[in-house]
Amino acid sequence: MPELIRVGMADYKVGRAPDTLISYGLGSCIGISLYDPQAKVGGLLHIMLPDSTQARPTDNPAKFADTGLPLMLGDVLQLGASRSRLVAKIAGGSQMFAFANATDIMRVGARNAEAAKKVLRSLNIRLIAEDTGGTYGRTVQINLETGIYTVKTIDKGEKEI
Amino acid sequence: MSDEFSLNDVQLDALREIGNVGAGNSATALSQVINRRIDMNVPKVSLVPLDMVPDLVGGPDAIVVGVFLRVYGKAPGNILFLLPQQSAYYLVDTLMGKPHGATNKLDFMDESALMEIGNILAGAYLNAFYTFTNISMLPSIPALAMDMAGAILNVVLVQLGTMGDQALVIETEFLSEDDGINGHFFLVPDPGSLETIMNAVGVE
Repeated sequence: MPELIRVGMADYKVGRAPDTLISYGLGSCIGISLYDPQAKVGGLLHIMLPDSTQARPTDNPAKFADTGLPLMLGDVLQLGASRSRLVAKIAGGSQMFAFANATDIMRVGARNAEAAKKVLRSLNIRLIAEDTGGTYGRTVQINLETGIYTVKTIDKGEKEI
Repeated sequence: MSDEFSLNDVQLDALREIGNVGAGNSATALSQVINRRIDMNVPKVSLVPLDMVPDLVGGPDAIVVGVFLRVYGKAPGNILFLLPQQSAYYLVDTLMGKPHGATNKLDFMDESALMEIGNILAGAYLNAFYTFTNISMLPSIPALAMDMAGAILNVVLVQLGTMGDQALVIETEFLSEDDGINGHFFLVPDPGSLETIMNAVGVE
């Protein structure tokens, strides 16, 4: 039986076909998926912040793009993924409230998206699809049988990337 | 600075009392605006792991209306007033004098009315907060979004996320006498603000 595995905020899960990994209600957060289409294994990471340079040592590494991705990559490889076949998709990074004088922290969505892409580049993982920005929330899921990454919203419908 | 992860009973009591006075004032204000009795529960003061906060309002994918205000002053923080979608529609009907069930989406005027409610609640809350702590604080202009609870709470949690993995949440639930309106009022002090608040009320 295919299972639906929930990924919380600042967390990641890895798995294999036929399971699906899902993360609910992303705002400025980003859902980063890794998938190996041949081995049919992958992972989903839900980051909150771009980088861990300001973080305390006790902080949860899955909260940040720069520390969370290498962790999840290690686990996906251990499940049998090949690094050269891995592809990434990202979604999220919106700005939920529009303020005239948006501070840096309000723009964290855009900074998260930039950071996710930068970390993927530095790990030599191809980013093949992206749905970021906007002013609305997203629920994302990756089907580990097909590699299809589904992005659900309340007003803008549902799309597969 | 005080460690937020080891609040003692006296500190928790002090925060609960601040929440009580603040929310009491807010509930009275709301009740006057809509001319209906508003009940509130005893404020919950809790340290919640960041990823559990959305569960306080029905889960990260529940559709809610959120009015967000930044709080400026000596003990800065954020205020978020969250209403489940149906409650928000009900409140708009009440405010606009429409029959209940008339509103099924929010237009510009409806949003403006809900933001004003957020403004009134925050103002009343912060007034009481000032009386109790002598710390004067001002709310920003309100902003509104209707979306998934998780996405809306992101705004507050991200700021805390830069400092730790838990949120100190002072939460009050409002309930109208006919059960049509059920709202959650959150005051989430910035990590550094707790010490200021504690000092102001003379609690260590």
